[in-house]
This record gives sequence, structure tokens and C-alpha cells, in this order.
Amino acid sequence: MKGFLIGVTLLLAAAGPAWAISDPAEALANPKQEARAEAIGRQLRCLVCQNESIEDSGADLARDLRRIVRQRVAAGDSDQQIIAWLVARYGNFVRLKPPFEWGTALLWGSPVLALLVAGGIAFAARQRHPAPPAPLDAAEQARLRSLLDS
Amino acid sequence: MNRRVLLLAPFAATVAAGAGFLAMLHRASDGQFDPHEVPSMLIGKHVPPFSLPGDPGFSDKDLSGRPILVNFFASWCVPCIEEAGMLMSLKQTGLPLYGIAYKDKPAATAAFLAEHGDPYARLAHDAPGRVAIDWGVTGVPESYLVDKDGIVRWRWVGPLTEDAVTGELQPMLRRYA
Repeated sequence: MKGFLIGVTLLLAAAGPAWAISDPAEALANPKQEARAEAIGRQLRCLVCQNESIEDSGADLARDLRRIVRQRVAAGDSDQQIIAWLVARYGNFVRLKPPFEWGTALLWGSPVLALLVAGGIAFAARQRHPAPPAPLDAAEQARLRSLLDS
Repeated sequence: MNRRVLLLAPFAATVAAGAGFLAMLHRASDGQFDPHEVPSMLIGKHVPPFSLPGDPGFSDKDLSGRPILVNFFASWCVPCIEEAGMLMSLKQTGLPLYGIAYKDKPAATAAFLAEHGDPYARLAHDAPGRVAIDWGVTGVPESYLVDKDGIVRWRWVGPLTEDAVTGELQPMLRRYA
């Protein structure tokens, strides 16, 4: 039993944390450039798996795209230039965060729309609330007291 | 009156949304709508410049003069086997098919074509898969119709089916003949 526990502990220690799918050999030598490449890659969709970024995906195409992003970062392209290069080939679909345009107006506008609708309903509900009754005058107060006392 | 409208509005909205989703599901089931479809950026544009090796291989300059169907495939691709018969019958119609073997070894490609039939007038190898990225290829098989001026007119993702050929490719060929 003790041997088994030691074995499991050693195995877990050997496994180490799995930070990302990317092979360390893919990473750029310059840590600043690598951080930029990762930040760009996280905004790009893997076209094979579709709901993972190319940084998270194990697909072949995602690996190729990671390599291209790194080559362009190393060559000094700006983030916008690199993303535009991919959008020219795969369309805005490659961006995990779609830009604001006519086709996505409803998507981006939906939180504002929801607030407007809720605000409208709350306002309408308030409008229809009857006004609070006027405060009691002296005669009414006297009558209320007499009723309460009896 | 106002109160009734307020009460009914959420129900009306729910019914409308439900009808919308039902229509979407219905269109998805008969293939008119595919939420996973990635629209091609190449439609209406010139083929991207490239030059690929082969025997003798081909380049973007070879894709003009007549409509050509460019087909990305690989020997390791199972749906490509499914598509092989359709490509052979397209070859019979006289449409030139240019094949690009994606991330494949030339010997494996040759064995694949020997087994399933070789529909290609020209064959090129894109072993690194770099040219495929310029075309916006997301996987194999994928087919592109290039017109006589070298402009991409149509793209099909996945194996070419009877419906794709009669419903889309043939009308495109008539239009851009």
C-alpha cells in the first residue's frame, strides 16, 4: 500500500501541470513576442473544431495557423495586420469576437435592447400605479382615533 | 386594453422565436442551412498566387482559359473515398479536375489514386498545407470552381454529392461556361 501511494505520488509529480496544448518547440524565443502571439491566437477560432481558439486546439490546421501567427509577430507585423491576414482568408468567422457591423448589430445591441425593453416595462408599470391617497385631514384623524380607541 | 397588450407581448415574442427556430431546424434538416458553414472569402476573387510541385504540378497561371474544378484531397481522408466516384463521373462530363493533395506523401497519394481512380487532369502536392491556407481551406475534401478568367465562383466543403453537383455546380457551370 505504501509503495502504491509513493508510486502514485511520483506519477503525479512527474505529470506536471499541462499549461497549454502547444509544444514548447513552437514558442518564440522572445517571451514578449510569444505573449503577443498567444494573445492574438486566443482571439482566433480553430476552423476545424470551431469553438476553440487556435491556441487551445490540437488540430493540425490550428498548429499551422499558430506557426504563421508567430512568423508574422517575429517579422514585426502589428496585431491588426495579423488578424486582417487571417480574416482575408477565412472571413470574420475566424475571429472569436466578431466586429461590430450590420450583420452583427443585433448581437452586439442585444444587451442595450434588453435594458431598453425592461426599462420600458418598468416605466409603463409605474405609470399605471394609482396615485397615493391624500393624507387624512384633522376631522378624519379624529375619527380614526375614536375608532381605534373604542 | 394596454394591460392585455403588455401581458400578451411576451407570449407573442416567444411564439415568434419558436417559429424562427423551427424554420432554422427545418432548413438545417434538408441541408439549406448549416450553422457550421464557413463562408469562402475567395468567391468573386482571383485565385491566390501559388505554385505547387507535382508531375508537373501547376500554378495559379494554369487556372484560366476554361472552367476548372480544383479539388483539395488527401489519401488519409476518409470522406475523399466517398467522393471518388462522383469525381470520376464529373471527369466523364469533360470538366477538367485539378487535384491538390493536402498534407500527403506523394507515394500515398499515388496509391490512393490507383485504388479509387484518378479523376485529375493535373495533380499537385501541397505537403506543408500552406497554399491551402491561402485558399481558406478548412479541411479535405474541398472543391473550388474557377472560371475561365481565373476567378473563384463556387466552393463546396466536404465530399461532392449528387445534390451538390446537379443543384449547384451544374447551374454555375452553365452560367460561367
